[in-house]
Amino acid sequence: MINPFENEQRRAFKDSIAKFLEAEVWPHVDAWDEAGAYPHEMNEKICALGVFGFDIPEEYGGLGFDDAHMRKASGVEMGRSSAGGLMASVGSRSIMLKPLTELANDEIRQRVLPELLSGRKGGALGITEPGGGSDVANMKTTARKDGDEWVLNGQKMFITGGMQASYFVIGARTGGDGMGGISLFFVEADTPGFSRTPIERKMGWWASDTATLYFDECRIPAANLMGEEHKGFYAIMNNFNNERFWMAAQMLGMSMRLFDECVAYATDRQTFNKPLIKHQVIRHKLADMSAKIDAMDAYLNQVAEIINTGDTPVAEISKLKFFCSTNLEWIASEAMQIFGGAGYLRGNAVERIYREVKVQAIGGGSQEIMRDLTVKQMGL
Amino acid sequence: MKILVPVKRVVDYNVKIRVKADQTGVDLANVKMSMNPFCEIAVEEAVRLQEAGTATEIIVVSVGPTQAQETIRTALAMGADRGILVQTDDQIEPLGLAKILKGVIEEEKPDMVILGKQAIDGDNNQTGQMLAALLGWSQGTFASEIALDGDKLTVTREIDGGLQTIKLAMPAIVTADLRLNEPRYASLPNIMKAKKKPIDEKTIADYSADAAPRLEIVKVTEPAEREAGIKVETVNELVDKLKNVAGVI
Repeated sequence: MINPFENEQRRAFKDSIAKFLEAEVWPHVDAWDEAGAYPHEMNEKICALGVFGFDIPEEYGGLGFDDAHMRKASGVEMGRSSAGGLMASVGSRSIMLKPLTELANDEIRQRVLPELLSGRKGGALGITEPGGGSDVANMKTTARKDGDEWVLNGQKMFITGGMQASYFVIGARTGGDGMGGISLFFVEADTPGFSRTPIERKMGWWASDTATLYFDECRIPAANLMGEEHKGFYAIMNNFNNERFWMAAQMLGMSMRLFDECVAYATDRQTFNKPLIKHQVIRHKLADMSAKIDAMDAYLNQVAEIINTGDTPVAEISKLKFFCSTNLEWIASEAMQIFGGAGYLRGNAVERIYREVKVQAIGGGSQEIMRDLTVKQMGL
Repeated sequence: MKILVPVKRVVDYNVKIRVKADQTGVDLANVKMSMNPFCEIAVEEAVRLQEAGTATEIIVVSVGPTQAQETIRTALAMGADRGILVQTDDQIEPLGLAKILKGVIEEEKPDMVILGKQAIDGDNNQTGQMLAALLGWSQGTFASEIALDGDKLTVTREIDGGLQTIKLAMPAIVTADLRLNEPRYASLPNIMKAKKKPIDEKTIADYSADAAPRLEIVKVTEPAEREAGIKVETVNELVDKLKNVAGVI
């Protein structure tokens, strides 16, 4: 579908990412997934394209500007690569960059942001706990002030990029119960009292590193408190919007890839003496897929335009995320039907994306929470 | 040292080419276009020479339609300094192109011209050689490695049967082969910087070049479709097929 908001720079950026991913990632996705890891140099190679520097000043290694259409383009191309695990691990830095840029002290920003943006070091955000992810306000990890230090105790769960990360933004309770008692902290991986273990054998995102983080009397300098004490909840909630928009764009890319794979397979595959694509039942599936893809694309463009005016349309971003994940679920399921047994075998994009539907429907805000937030934002 | 890099806008290498129904050429409607891959290698080599401190300025020139500006912009995002678009909607043949480039070179006075060995649309593989002849410059075609050695340019050439190393007097023309380098991907900061770099707009008349076509395209057709292979049961059958069907023994 024609994108009415495309311009020369946006097109050049999209083409450059697509070209890079098609040459350097597409051929290796299966192997990296089976190995449960990807070459470390990919962090720097992907970061060198400039995909994570939006809205971060140039003095910290950022781009010095923002453009939601370009954010969308990077998400779409990464989704299209079907390298969900790689994108999750490399992309884990993206969800801690905004709080770091806006709330950390300048010494930390000067030192850490260039390392994260260049890909030399990894970063991760630690909010979810064994006791729950969606219920952020009920977080159990604590931080108590002791002289010039904060002392952290607790656990963080399902932390994407958590095994490679050198730097973390961690949410912890500094005050009473509920959303008003949470603060954000900058924690370095080599801090005594911090440890981590990998979470393996996931349904999807095999190439990614996911961790459980442990804080046992973990002492960090007082200056590592990010932003105001007890105000962490609002920063976390605000931060989710970028992540959700980017995930929606990835889901569009994944859907586009499924469609392309289906067309190629159905054109080639012969059943009942004709190509699969000549059967009406398959043609109708493709028509429905294409219509849903266009709708996701148009919705993303519209929300990108609103974001570019400086607004954060929380209700629309929430709707966008569950709209895309429910569509992706349907498209991935139908793509599997078109592939039949061939799709049930490991080592193809359809099977891989099918396995990665659920993480998109749960991570970064589950479909249920997204719907809840939507009606709440609508004032209902 | 000043380097000129001519670049061409062609159908993207990933696109499946379709011949127009009237057989006058290739269908370009709604087809993705990008920089010829060999031209990208040429740009990359020039940028590397600049990064190494050997080159001081890289000028990119393209002869083609207004949209060729985007191709120039891609080269600027890779690191070239400025661009020249010689605007024309006509199909330019290698000799015509070489004459236009000669005009550009006489005006810009570069010390070296690096260009792709051929474009993936016409696959002519002639422009570099014709340009060298028109200028009376030395040429190193099909380069897989180049190194500046004082006032001489050492070029390793990919030839049938191996590699040939030659020394060229400057100024020189180099045509880039596939293995000269692996071109970089344009980063977003560089794409944004490229937006501010200047592109001069010129016409063929500005260089008083005679770019009139010498060739007439009679028709363009799809290559014959390859037939599926067959399996043979015995060696005797294989020999029989080779002798009587393939006609190779």
